[in-house]
Amino acid sequence: MSEHHHKETFVTKYIFSQDHKMISKQFLITGIFMGVIGVFMSMLFRLQIAWPEKSFTIIEAFLGPHQNDGIMNPDMYLALVTIHGTIMVFFVLTAGLSGTFSNLLIPLQIGARDMASGFLNMISYWLFFISSIVMVVSLFVEAGPASAGWTIYPPLSALPQAIPGSGLGMTLWLVSMAIFIASSLIGSLNYIVTIFNLRTKGMKMTRMPLTMWAFFITAIIGVVSFPVLLSAALLLIFDRSFGTSFYLSDIFISGEVLHYQGGSPVLFEHLFWFLGHPEVYIVLLPALGITSEIIATNSRKPIFGYRAMIGSIMAIAFLSTIVWGHHMFISGMNPFLGSVFTFTTLLIAIPSAVKAFNYVTTLWKGNLQMNPAMLFSIGLVSTFVTGGLTGLVLGDSALDINVHDTYFVVAHFHLVMGVSAILGMFAGIYHWFPKMYGRMMNKTLGYWHFWITLISAYGVFFPMHFIGLAGLPRRYYTNTNFPMFDDVADINVVMTLFAILGGVAQLLFLANFFISIYRGKKAEQNPWRSNTLEWTTPVEHIHGNWPGKIPEVHRWAYDYSKVDDNGDYIHGEDFVLQTVPLKDGEDPS
Amino acid sequence: MLALFYIFIAVAIGVSFWQITRILNFRTAIATDKDNDVQGKLFLGFLAFLYAMMIYCLIFMNVLMLPESASIEGEHDDRLFNITFILIGVVQFLMQFLLFYFSFKYRGKKENKALFYADSHKLEAIWTITPAVVLVVLIGYGLWQWNNIMDLSDAEDPLIIEVYSKQFQWEARYAGDDNALGRGNVNYIKGINTMGVDMTDVNAQDDKQVTEIHLPKGRKVIFKFRSQDVLHSAYMPHFRAQMNCVPGMVTEFGFTPKFTTEEMRVQSEVVEKTAAINKIRKEKGEDPYVFDFILLCNKICGASHYGMQMKIVVEEEEAFNKWISQQPTLAEVIK
Repeated sequence: MSEHHHKETFVTKYIFSQDHKMISKQFLITGIFMGVIGVFMSMLFRLQIAWPEKSFTIIEAFLGPHQNDGIMNPDMYLALVTIHGTIMVFFVLTAGLSGTFSNLLIPLQIGARDMASGFLNMISYWLFFISSIVMVVSLFVEAGPASAGWTIYPPLSALPQAIPGSGLGMTLWLVSMAIFIASSLIGSLNYIVTIFNLRTKGMKMTRMPLTMWAFFITAIIGVVSFPVLLSAALLLIFDRSFGTSFYLSDIFISGEVLHYQGGSPVLFEHLFWFLGHPEVYIVLLPALGITSEIIATNSRKPIFGYRAMIGSIMAIAFLSTIVWGHHMFISGMNPFLGSVFTFTTLLIAIPSAVKAFNYVTTLWKGNLQMNPAMLFSIGLVSTFVTGGLTGLVLGDSALDINVHDTYFVVAHFHLVMGVSAILGMFAGIYHWFPKMYGRMMNKTLGYWHFWITLISAYGVFFPMHFIGLAGLPRRYYTNTNFPMFDDVADINVVMTLFAILGGVAQLLFLANFFISIYRGKKAEQNPWRSNTLEWTTPVEHIHGNWPGKIPEVHRWAYDYSKVDDNGDYIHGEDFVLQTVPLKDGEDPS
Repeated sequence: MLALFYIFIAVAIGVSFWQITRILNFRTAIATDKDNDVQGKLFLGFLAFLYAMMIYCLIFMNVLMLPESASIEGEHDDRLFNITFILIGVVQFLMQFLLFYFSFKYRGKKENKALFYADSHKLEAIWTITPAVVLVVLIGYGLWQWNNIMDLSDAEDPLIIEVYSKQFQWEARYAGDDNALGRGNVNYIKGINTMGVDMTDVNAQDDKQVTEIHLPKGRKVIFKFRSQDVLHSAYMPHFRAQMNCVPGMVTEFGFTPKFTTEEMRVQSEVVEKTAAINKIRKEKGEDPYVFDFILLCNKICGASHYGMQMKIVVEEEEAFNKWISQQPTLAEVIK
């Protein structure tokens, strides 16, 4: 199959490519593009938060009709917050992260020529592309884009009378998300089928790298939960456009009673969070999988507790589908349900703790190679711990009452899923860049990028916990109407400065990324001296990944620094490719 | 302080561009022993930075915190929160130490060998069981308290108040002498009947509509929440109370006020916080702030979400009775 090279045109190679490696790059570049928009929006609304209703030329330049003399309108503030959340959660951290690395790594790490269906894989990308375009277009409609928060709770999202963004902007948001969900489902099904069916000889499930496990389980929770969001969105479209009353009832607005009877916004909340909560893990698990691989490789040690890691991924995935109600403790649902969700939610702390401890133990007595990818992975563990711990406050219904929807929540989820997942994504990019482009990224820039990013992430989100504990609600255009919050104004300024610093630092990454594609140092075949199969493929991409036969696998992915009784490396080096057969008398790990 | 940050940012940008020009330098792209050494030490430095920030926030941001709970039910919230916070604080300090100290201690050197250490069921059992045991305590106390707050069935002679929300305003209705609220629905909204009360209902006649909530100290209050348009959330942070207002349904929440507004104003935490706020307000030339209990909207509800609030006054029973008797009944107002 790989022997004959059929002719490729520019279109089949770079645009309508069915090669998983090219598709992964397409996902990544689109994700980066959306990420730039999402991060830039956060800069704009952070300006408003720090210096309320102050004029900025940058706001005047970018917000067009949605500002007055450089002061953004309250509607636009909400729109920015909404689209920032949507873009970062779905377009960057779901498609950009999972799409990129699942596509790149699944065939390479399990020893397959390509995805189970290259065609569906291509469709998955192009649906994602279309949904990105629709989302970007929605920014330019006259009344502004969707502004009901990324959770789009009706009735606010259903009634243009309630907020202008719920007109055409919201319609486009829903259309975009429906297409996005289709893309995500097609992609996920492909990942699952590929991992089930196309593993090379010897690649038992229990020999797969943890990245594969993470992507595999992520795809499963995606398939379980995304369709529910699709149905939630469809019912909302019905309510908006065809006059049904799934979510709406007894509404009086703009001086008239609307006809809606018998619906309930709480139903929407249930459906939304049935996806919304697993979504957190759809975002986070791939990042944790990437981190597991990178920490083991760069510690020159096996990942500690391989089976426990798989077990905790599965436990987290299972629990994630039965905890959605912890977003709704005070939604008016039955308090008994709240008790059940508190119980299941706090249980997640156990597998999460196992993961964190296992990462730390992997570092213990390692020989840590401080490549940029390693730094980002260590950073991930740090923010995952910091952000995860406050989950014990939020998951406890009694405590949630008073911090619900305050900045405490914003701080919590940004650290535990936002920053952690982004750090994981960067780690993956630095680590697998040589596999994607055949060149290396600049190390020094990577170091600078890492340190500025980590420091500013903590600078923004750590103090944020405390203004949340002061009772400050999120999504306030300004809190100058409440003298009781006057004392948090200075902290908001500091946080905004850190946010700008962190945002600007990403230029380092962009420069490094795009320049390295063309000018980076040529990569060796296995630059990080790693065990996994992707490093046995040639540096130059070919269709079918391996020239000649697909390699056979003889061991798990983590035989780093394996020594014999005399303390010498069994295979002469501190790593052993998975394709190397066991020596006589060598223990299989 | 601000100028320092501007300088910091300017330096960072400058350094960035200087670094970008160096990218064309084809040096090795893989970490050397020197890199390992430098980055390992930086991790230790970062640990110091993180500790400093955590301690700074814990000490100096304490004054920002809400004062102690002004409701009796909220006392347990405060206690549970303190237990949880101490616990996560200890784990946070410990885990960050292990993570960054190991990153420093085991930074790579050519001649070093990593230890092949793949598994230990004993260790894993320890860090599965320990969190599990701790969680049993947290879940147990948490669930008890949740039940304590949310179960309103055994309240003796509670004061019933309806809190009504709309873009972008709160209204409230007291149940009157019969302590039973009259029916309400958006279809009855007309003219000054802004809360849509069904005036044919006997229970509605003695109801009293107000624009400011007064509560008697020491008596259980049960709030019934309604919304006429979109979701709102009634957040009363000082009482550790919050509940969403959902169009089409009535939600409820209850608590017993513990301190009057006057008592709160002289409480040491409040005095300290108020002084800090007034110092800032004085610099900006604004009127001084006086502490008041407050009801805020805490669910995104539209453009003016950020302005939606209502004052709450807690007073002694006597003063409350006097105030409520001065309010006109709906029967008097809506003919």
